[in-house]
Amino acid sequence: MSGPSTYEPNTAIERWLDTRLPIVRFSADLMAFPTPRNLNYWWTFGGILAFCLGVQIVTGIVLAMHYDASGAGAFISVEQNIMRDVNYGWLIRDLHATGASMFFLAVYIHILRGIYYGSFKPPREVLWLLGCVIYVLMMATAFMGYVLPWGQMSFWGAKVITSLLGAFPVVGKAITTLLWGGFSVDSPTLNRFFSLHYLLPFVIAAVVGLHIWALHVPGNNNPTGVNVKSKTDTVPFHPYYTVKDGFAVSLFMILFAVFVFFLPEALAKADNYIPANPLQTPPHIVPEWYLLPFYAILRAIPDKLSGVLALAGAIGMLFALPWLDTSKVRSMRYRPTARIFFLVWIVAVMALGWCGSQEPQGAVIPGVTGPTLIDYDINSVTWLSRIASLYYFTYFLIITPLLGLRETPLPAPDSLYTPVLAAPPAASATVQA
Amino acid sequence: MTRIPGALAAIAVAIALATPALAVTTQTPPLSVHWSFQGPLGMYDQEQLQRGYKVYREVCSACHSMNMVAFRNLGDPSGPFWDPKYPNPNDNPVVKAIAKEFQIADIDNDTGDAIKRPGTSADYFPAPFANEAASRASNGGAYPPDMSLLAKAREGGAAYIYSIVTGDGVATPHALTMPPGKYYDPYMAGDLGANWTGNPNDVPLGGVIAMPPPLTAGRVTYDDGMKASINQEAYDVAAFLQWAADPKMEERKQTGLAVLIFLLIFSGLLYGSYRTIWREVGH
Repeated sequence: MSGPSTYEPNTAIERWLDTRLPIVRFSADLMAFPTPRNLNYWWTFGGILAFCLGVQIVTGIVLAMHYDASGAGAFISVEQNIMRDVNYGWLIRDLHATGASMFFLAVYIHILRGIYYGSFKPPREVLWLLGCVIYVLMMATAFMGYVLPWGQMSFWGAKVITSLLGAFPVVGKAITTLLWGGFSVDSPTLNRFFSLHYLLPFVIAAVVGLHIWALHVPGNNNPTGVNVKSKTDTVPFHPYYTVKDGFAVSLFMILFAVFVFFLPEALAKADNYIPANPLQTPPHIVPEWYLLPFYAILRAIPDKLSGVLALAGAIGMLFALPWLDTSKVRSMRYRPTARIFFLVWIVAVMALGWCGSQEPQGAVIPGVTGPTLIDYDINSVTWLSRIASLYYFTYFLIITPLLGLRETPLPAPDSLYTPVLAAPPAASATVQA
Repeated sequence: MTRIPGALAAIAVAIALATPALAVTTQTPPLSVHWSFQGPLGMYDQEQLQRGYKVYREVCSACHSMNMVAFRNLGDPSGPFWDPKYPNPNDNPVVKAIAKEFQIADIDNDTGDAIKRPGTSADYFPAPFANEAASRASNGGAYPPDMSLLAKAREGGAAYIYSIVTGDGVATPHALTMPPGKYYDPYMAGDLGANWTGNPNDVPLGGVIAMPPPLTAGRVTYDDGMKASINQEAYDVAAFLQWAADPKMEERKQTGLAVLIFLLIFSGLLYGSYRTIWREVGH
């Protein structure tokens, strides 16, 4: 942890322990960690994500006690045993299934906050990379978890996504055989997915530990992006941010509860209440909402292997971002041009998400037919995906590097605390928000 | 310069016309139905569930299984025959009587022979056919889906079931030729282009269903004296199937209400704490 420790062992046992395993010092320093005083509510999503991971692990362990990871038993163990017979099984299952969506909602806000305020820039590159690793692990875990109820969408989703790896030349077939535990998606696939689905959350928890460690070396970024310069710029993490994060977690729990108790089917698909049937392909295979933008990028490209590489590249852009952004100014609060390009990027990602949920040949503007270009009508979902994908990559590879060199940023304040003191009361309220 | 866009447009039109029309799956959206269980606080109507059970028992269960529902579930809280006098549904006399109507496959403990015995509250509803092949053989090649989760397994839920059942076989247009043993249902997803001999631009919405129209007026006699019209029967059985697919709904909504009240108070307290702690600190 950065900075000198302020912990003073006051009792004999604390002094004894402090020279052997300074765990109390560690916790005390964690709580006293100097944190910028101007963090807004976008910064509460770190705490919200820790809460989400905790919910998924606790509910997941209980679900595993009642779950049967076999092709013949999985669907019944979930839909009959857990949903009907296990005491509060419906609650645990709905918390876990809805929890996955809540987790991704929070992580997307957390990532967008990181990009907007330049939290990936020096000296926080490793912190950012660890976050990207967590995100990839989350996607893998969520994908395998969705397979476990062994409904139609579980089965066919697994089939479509694992088959993608077969696109790689030479090794493709060997990879899919290894992943499937056979020559098609079947009971052995389900078994190994269950094993990995139980393992990966603990890997995530470990990387989260590293993520927090890497946060505590340079300390938090803040909405101005200006470095902490003096002690007056910060407040101790506890009680100032424990209470603020606690309040935000509580609000997040309200949203979570609305979905769990009143809209549990809103994020589910009807087809997944039909048991997996390898002989009957559902008319419309769609991944969960949080994977849709990547699914759209995959389908935008006519060649399968290129599509898979584009999908991987789209995630790779996040890893490369610290070295693609040339701007010396961290926060987009002082980069009005960058802000516009970033907002368009968010719109492009949402458009990709919509495209991923639609049929590839479906019309974007209903009832209009245009000429066909590279297999698809230019008014098709596929062409919208192509345009949005192009912007996605252009944003990272061209706009971000060039803009940092060419734009004229607004003057940033001398200290992160200055805008708070200087602003009139009304503006000060917006800074708080 | 104006010629080039013109030429491009001509090519575009030519390509568009050359593209064959794709087969399009169509269906009529489910009818809008009012349910007692809709909305955040809506609960099941127990009398309706009892009527719906009767329709299921006397009509649907001839072909459709309901493997995940046990007789005891009928007497669970919010179930059709829940009676507060019998907190353990296995003791509920109505449930016991229903279970006894069914013959359950079992093994004789003394001889090991396969036997049939009357059902108990702990047994599950037996399937009408021994396996999928037997079911298809008796149903013209079609496989009537299991009904335990049907209301969740179809877009539109109970309203979809209501629409399918009431739309089955009714008002088949003249220019529509149905294969033997199949029926027109406007609410079923399908593409009727091949069966249609009328104007190709007026192909009716909907698809083909293998289920013969299941309900007729007076098909069941309701114990509560309600008039058994087709719509009433469909309405009741759809509500019953919603309960079968989501038997914990009442418990879920009631718990949710308490959780939300708690969280709102808790958030208020945390907000107060936040304001108090940060009062002296500019930020």
